Amino acid sequence: MQILILLIQIAILVAVVLLHVAYATYFERKIIGHMQVRMGPMLVGWHGLLQPIADGIKSFFKEDIIPDQADKSLFLAAPIICLAAMMVSLSVLPFAKGWALADINVGLLFIFAMSSLASYGIILAGWASNSKYTLLGGIRSMAQVISYEIAIGLSLVGVMMLSGTLNLSQIVEAQGNSFFGMFIISQPVAFFVFFIAMLAETNRVPFDLPEAETELVSGYITEYSGMRYAMFFMAEYIGMFVMASIGVVCFLGGWYGPFAVPLFPPIWFILKVYFIMFLFIWIRATLPRYRYDQLMAIGWKLLIPLSLGNIFITGLAMTLAQ
Amino acid sequence: MPGSYLPSEYLPILMLLVTGIAFGVLVLWIGKLFRVQRPYFEKLVAYESGNPPTEEPRMRFSVKFYTIAILFIVFDVEAIFLYPWALVFNKLGLFALLEMFIFIILLLIGYVYAWKKGNLEWDN
Repeated sequence: MQILILLIQIAILVAVVLLHVAYATYFERKIIGHMQVRMGPMLVGWHGLLQPIADGIKSFFKEDIIPDQADKSLFLAAPIICLAAMMVSLSVLPFAKGWALADINVGLLFIFAMSSLASYGIILAGWASNSKYTLLGGIRSMAQVISYEIAIGLSLVGVMMLSGTLNLSQIVEAQGNSFFGMFIISQPVAFFVFFIAMLAETNRVPFDLPEAETELVSGYITEYSGMRYAMFFMAEYIGMFVMASIGVVCFLGGWYGPFAVPLFPPIWFILKVYFIMFLFIWIRATLPRYRYDQLMAIGWKLLIPLSLGNIFITGLAMTLAQ
Repeated sequence: MPGSYLPSEYLPILMLLVTGIAFGVLVLWIGKLFRVQRPYFEKLVAYESGNPPTEEPRMRFSVKFYTIAILFIVFDVEAIFLYPWALVFNKLGLFALLEMFIFIILLLIGYVYAWKKGNLEWDN
């Protein structure tokens, strides 16, 4: 019986998230379109509202090309690894009090573990396609993801010190006592580091070196087509959603509103997540791409010292306050 | 009884993992019944801007990626060591603070060494 309820919950979660993924692509195209004084998708449905559905159907029926030289089993497995790892990290996100699918006490650590697993999918895709562009894209992506993972991990230490837990729901609860109900007030540097590292971790502009169209065609997904290509995209957008949710949970007060506005808690959560997603898109429409050495320099020479300093200062302040 | 502990709060994670894999496999497998497959030589050749591929695709790449990987292991282990410290920081107080300052300073020495050695530079 319990398992049946769980299955229904999982089905709802997956359906909602897939719908979110589909319409995140729509919003992205629409918002960037309007920022560049274009209309964005307009033809399929009213103001292009059915465009993501059409895209999904199209990629479902597209030919699945497997290059001759590819390492076939790895080539076939890579998108599924990527997608499954990203989907699993959805299970620990608390959308409201008690609304996490799995309320485990190492939630934050679990998210890091899963995002590392997803980068296996990327490097396998790059290697197994047996093409120069994909190999370069895969290696670049790997180096980028592991560099910025340190920055993310260190930036969240301050939040852990303040809340004293890794459980995502309890982190949100701990913020209820702090000023304004958000850790961003007491941890602005950590949020700054986290936000930049989050852009790099999800391979977004201005850090989208692994898929830099102008030099690497499409990076590690160059050889993929049809539904497998779509799966990498789904994984990327679920990754954006997960990272934005972590930002909301750790810094923006989760499902609590900043003011005493009586709103259904998950709505606050989703509003905040979409605010961060909007920032993602806004940045994409605004900024040019970094060079690779600049990207590495930002990660290793700026973000890591900043987050270490943040730990120092947080520790000092907490000891003095005691 | 040792060994009888069932981490039941991890059950949803396992189920979601199975769902994720099943979703990927099923979508591809069902799609196989509908989509056209017309492979021919040119389509199956690795993409290289329209030219026939030259040389081995798995070429040698910069040694810098290896040093980054080594640095990553050092710093990731450091971050993992910081987590339990951060969780009990409130209970240990000043002792924990000094302890961790020493730990971080030791690591900073290695970090500065790597920086001075030029392991963080990409343009030389």
